[in-house]
Order: sequence, then structure tokens, then C-alpha cells
Amino acid sequence: MAASIAIHLEFGGGAELLFNGVKKHHVTLPSQSEPWDMKQLLVWIQRNLLKERPELFVQGDSVRPGILVLINDADWELMVSTGKLCLLSECVCVCVCVCV
Amino acid sequence: MAALLLFVSVSKKCVKCKEAPAALVIRAGDAYCRLCFKDFFIHKFKAVLGKNRIIFPGEKVLLAVSGGPSSCSMLRQVQEGLSQKANKKLRFVPGVAFIDEGAAIGQSVEERQRTVAELQAVFQATGFPFYILPLEQVLDLPASVVATNPSPSEQPASAYKAAVHHFVETDGSNFPRPQEPKKTLLPRVQESHTLMLQQLLGSVKTLTAREELLNTLRQHLLVHTARTEGYSKLMLGDSCTRLAVKLLTSISLGRGAQLAQDTGFSDSRYGDIILVRPMRDYSAKEVAYYNHLFTVPYVVIPSVDTKTVDKASIQRLTESFVTKLQTDFPSTVSTIYRTSEKLQTACRKRSGADGCDRCLLCLCSLDTAVEAASAFQATLISDQLSGSKCLRGSAAETPRPEPGRPESPPLTAQCCSSAEGRGCGRAGSDGGCCSSAKLPETTRLKSLLCYSCALTVRDMSTVNHLPQYILSEAQRRQRRSQMREEISDFLLDDGDEGN
Repeated sequence: MAASIAIHLEFGGGAELLFNGVKKHHVTLPSQSEPWDMKQLLVWIQRNLLKERPELFVQGDSVRPGILVLINDADWELMVSTGKLCLLSECVCVCVCVCV
Repeated sequence: MAALLLFVSVSKKCVKCKEAPAALVIRAGDAYCRLCFKDFFIHKFKAVLGKNRIIFPGEKVLLAVSGGPSSCSMLRQVQEGLSQKANKKLRFVPGVAFIDEGAAIGQSVEERQRTVAELQAVFQATGFPFYILPLEQVLDLPASVVATNPSPSEQPASAYKAAVHHFVETDGSNFPRPQEPKKTLLPRVQESHTLMLQQLLGSVKTLTAREELLNTLRQHLLVHTARTEGYSKLMLGDSCTRLAVKLLTSISLGRGAQLAQDTGFSDSRYGDIILVRPMRDYSAKEVAYYNHLFTVPYVVIPSVDTKTVDKASIQRLTESFVTKLQTDFPSTVSTIYRTSEKLQTACRKRSGADGCDRCLLCLCSLDTAVEAASAFQATLISDQLSGSKCLRGSAAETPRPEPGRPESPPLTAQCCSSAEGRGCGRAGSDGGCCSSAKLPETTRLKSLLCYSCALTVRDMSTVNHLPQYILSEAQRRQRRSQMREEISDFLLDDGDEGN
């Protein structure tokens, strides 16, 4: 049973337009039986933070093409190999809209 | 609490230094660590300027900053490049120009002022002189903007080396010092001008054409500012990703003949002002990552196609296509980019010394003078045939104008312009299609435009809202070509116009 974790979320490059223009969010993810991973985080964001046009942020299990996701200043793409990515407390997750 | 991240993966090492853990994946799988990435990023900027040898020491260069990540990154690179030690230092004198397009997206005056104030703070921190230009200024441009200036004499490659040598020897003391930025007041915009601009943009029926028109007007304004303030080069912040999208979009829009100029490193269509694209080696991802890591300030300003659906315009659709393809095939953008590097403009030296062989809007060479068996001729013929049906039909057959569009039914403009001025313009009668005096103007304007600009104009319900400088230059060129036709028998030509 994992405790609830507090993480920092930042949206930039235009992604913040989907969140009422608010760039920085400090959120607490509720506790759940398994550790949180990115896919669950995205679902959580879509349900609780996203204000409009979900299709411009999320596509299927991942972010829409054209959005760069950095976790603690490292590219998410580097981490997506085997197994799940586990988020721990005080992680900083940044979603920057990269598409022109 | 220290930030911890546990990830179940093979931790990759940087491909360059092979020591530090990788932080970013660029291109098709190259993982770089933070420091190697920073060096790579900074080095690329200087390398692209040094390799192309087009910016001479001491030259005044205007940086076109839209507030977006690429152009702000470019601004930061220029700042860093100018502040370093002597031998690798960048050697030109920069200025910054920002165009406030709030009117195009319907922002209120307060919103525009807020954005401008944010950007002004960014520009002031750089210490460079800057110019805040409301897009409404485009309505007051002089006709000289669209008249091509004779190009500066081609400098041989050795001139660059000599200039650098001279600069280093004299320690740069002979060259203009970077100016102290004047206290620029935010320019006031008259509401009537804003309305006129909105009317112009409102007269364009498709988002595709509207974006193209905005692009053209933006460029004209930048070039004019560069000319009046004494700059000889204009730096645009288009990233590799954006140029890849632009390349495919241009092909879809019929700008194939102008691809090399639209997407190449340097663009000399304006003659005395050369457009330079130093960010064209950087993918949007690299720019975004650098901006995040090194806190480069930028201001996101919505544009006309922000938050629109994929199919809203050709530009938007292409962008969505390329971005999605890039996710699965990370070498997409670089492949398109490499293709664009191989493009060159075929220089056709024509006799049009007065600029008559250049498109009125985009100032590229006209591509509409082609032989009888070309695809272009085929489209003209099919236009004519569909146009002539409309000519014969009565007014009742013309489809209803879209609800919400007040005035003249668009199709009548279509059928007149599609006949390329051969039919309706001279018919003289007002029955049938020439219901307003505006229509022949569209027709005559199209003969001065390249294929894609003509398509843009065709999507406008009326050309009368175009800024005065375009309309007056159009009239001037029409008069000249008419005059030339009248006296053609008496002209002694250089031989390429037949007997």
C-alpha cells in the first residue's frame, strides 16, 4: 500500500493553455495499492486538471505527439523501456508542448 | 527532501562523453547528457553562422522574435555568443523586432499590452535595441516594400575572410557600437486600424489562406523595419521541425518553385535585406529542452490556428502529420530537412529590371509563365471550362452564399477570376456575373502573383481590404505592363522577346 505522494507538475510551451493558463501545479496523488506510474498520472491529470480539449493533450496511453515530457529534467523517452516507471515523492514532471 | 527517481530501465550513458547519465534523446536515438547537450547546442549556432559566412563582422542584424521558444532561444544564443571571449565571439550588432499580432487573434487591448509588457522586460534584459511593432502598422507601409531593390553585389568568399581579419586587427573599434536601447514607448494603435486589419483578415475565407496572408504581411513589416532602421540582415527563428512542416505545406500550397527560398538558410528575395535562418538545424525538441534547462524566457502567444482541429488548415494538418510521424519514426524531420538542403533556386535572369517578373506579394520569381503542355496550363483550362458554365448560367444557379457571410456571393468572384480576365473583365455588361466593380480587380491582381499567392487571393472575398501599398503597387505594375504592350512594337529589346 503506497502512501500518497506529492509531485510538482509544470506545463509549458503552450500546454498551459489547456489548464487555464496555470503553469505550475503542486499536487498530491492519492495513495493506492501499487506505485504510481506515468500512464496513471496522465489519466489523473486528464480527470482532475485538464480544463478543455483532452484530445490535444492525451492520445491513448500517452501524451499526444508533439509534447515533450521531462521527469526530473530527463527525457521520458529514455525511461520507457522495460517495466513501469515509478514516481516517487517530490518528482518534478514537466510537459512542454513542442509542436510548432 | 532530495528528488529521487526510480526507474526500471537500463540507464543509458551519454553517447558523447560516455560517462554521465543521458538526459535527452535527440534525432534517432542519440542520448546526450546535460553538459554535452549544452555544448552541442551552443556550438551548432556558431557553426551554422560560421559555415555560411554570410554575416559580416560589424553588420547590423535584426532578430525577428515572435516570443515563441525558437526565436527566444535564438535571442539567447546571440546574447551568449556576443559575450564570449574574443576568438570565437559573434561579431555582429543585433537588434530585436517583435510584431504584436493581437488584432489577428482578437485579443483585447489589455491582453495585448500585458503580453507586450512581458516581452519588453525580456528584451530590456538583453540590452539590445528593440522595436515593438503592432501588425496594424502594415497598413501604412510604403509601396517600396514590394518593389524589389537591386541585390547587393555578390561578395566573393575571400571578402569574408578579409573582413574578419580586418575586424580582429582593429579590435572592432571601427565598427558601429551596439546602440544603447532608446526608451521606446509602447506604440499606440488606433482602433480604426485594428478594425481595418480585422476586416482584411475577415475577408479571407479559409484559415490556410489567412495564415499565408499573415505570413506575407509579417515579412513585409519586418523587412520594412530592417530597412528603415538600417539593418542589412534579418534573422528568423524557424526551427528544423517548423521548416520541415513548412516544406511539405509549401508543396501542398503550390509553392514548389519557391521552396529553396522559403526553407533555405538564406533568402535574398528582398535584395538589400537578406533573411537568415540560423535555427534551422535545431529540432523543436532540442529547443524546448534547452529552454527548460537553462531557463530561457519565452512568452506563449496563441496564433490563429492554436487549439484548432487537425483539418482546420493545410498548415495545421501538415504539422500534425509530421509530428505524429516523428513519434514513430524519429528521423522524419531530419530526412525532410536534408532534402530541403539539396534544393536550390534555378536563377532565371529575366529582363524585368523594374520588378515586373516578381510576385507582388511574396516577391519570388513568377512561376506562371510556362509552356502550353504544362500542368499549370491544364488547371487554367479546367478553370475556364468550369467558369464558362457559370457564365452561361443565370444568377439563380449560383449557390447561396454561406449563412453569416453578408455581401457579394463568392462564386461570382470565382468565375470571373477563373477566366483569367479574358472573359468577364472585358464583357462590360452587368448582367450575369460582373455584379460589382470589384471583381475585375481580383482578376488583374492575379496576373501579378505567383501560383500560390494567386490561390491565397482567390480565397478572399474581396481584395479591396488589402493594404494600400499592395493595391497601389499592383496598379502601377498594371499600368506599366499595359504601356509596354502599347509600345512593344517600338521597343528595341535585347533579343529575347522575339524579332
